[in-house]
Amino acid sequence: MKCIIIDDEATARLIIENYCSDIKGLQIIEQFSNAIDAMKYLNQHTVDLIFLDIHMPNFNGMDFIQTIKNPPNVILTTSDPNFAIEAFEYECIVGYLIKPIDLNKFNKAVQKAVTQFKSKKVENQKADVSLNEDDILYVNIDRRLIKIDMPSIYLVEAKGDYIMIKTETKNYIVHSTLKKIEEKLPDHTFLKVHRSYIINVQKIIDIEDNCVLIKKDIVPVSRSNRPILMKRLNLL
Amino acid sequence: MTEQPNRSYIDALCRGDKVFEEKLIKVIKLEFPNEVKVYHEAFNEKKQTKTAEAVHKLKHKISILGLENGYQTAVKYEDEIREGNYDLHKEFEAILNSMSTYLKTLE
Repeated sequence: MKCIIIDDEATARLIIENYCSDIKGLQIIEQFSNAIDAMKYLNQHTVDLIFLDIHMPNFNGMDFIQTIKNPPNVILTTSDPNFAIEAFEYECIVGYLIKPIDLNKFNKAVQKAVTQFKSKKVENQKADVSLNEDDILYVNIDRRLIKIDMPSIYLVEAKGDYIMIKTETKNYIVHSTLKKIEEKLPDHTFLKVHRSYIINVQKIIDIEDNCVLIKKDIVPVSRSNRPILMKRLNLL
Repeated sequence: MTEQPNRSYIDALCRGDKVFEEKLIKVIKLEFPNEVKVYHEAFNEKKQTKTAEAVHKLKHKISILGLENGYQTAVKYEDEIREGNYDLHKEFEAILNSMSTYLKTLE
């Protein structure tokens, strides 16, 4: 986790830095003695956790939180207990530590931040999967670029100077070669089983001798490619 | 008996790490006189908010030097300054003086 410390007191920054040095996976990447410099930094960099003092000259910690867009997790470090209630109105604030900071309380606050960071990461990854640009392939058909969702492709068949791309919903005839599309398709899902066929391994229904059944298509498997195919299967 | 500064919090904080201890003491020694100076300037100019902020900032070092009663005095003084009451000034000065003397003994 990438962290920054914002505190106008060097002693406080040093103590927090020292506590952090004992926690695996926590990395202090910058320290700031005022909130303005930190805001400039955050306009260009992403961080996962901020240790933030409240009372600072010119621009205090609470103003800072209200100003930054999409604040990461924040642990407030302050000598002032009076902001505790207000602090927990902010979703991003995961800890409120009173100076001098107790090590156990510090570790608990960081642990909470780590847990929230991990669950946020998982949520983001799920969102990324559903919107993954890597899953999209554009093909040129009659001067139009047609968008194809790659996981929906179950078979690609060479047809002379063309290839036929078969998907769950539609088939496409494209002026291209099997070699070109093979380079675009993800290795972990697609496999060339014959000089004229690429299949989506996840869509196999069954395999018999040297043939694979995908949807209603029976696809030949060449002798040289059969061992590779067999290796990809989760055999009982 | 007047409360004396001590290094119990510093020792707990450093956990035997001499390098960190040296660094910490050096930073405190460097920062403390400036914070006191800011307090005196604000106090002399009767700038209420700045004086309260200066006391607020000094609270951390008061607690680092183990002055529990001194910390409570500072908390009360900060609140009173915000209401325009400087009655605890002398008591607060005594705390700062004891800290200043003690810091000179730290290496």
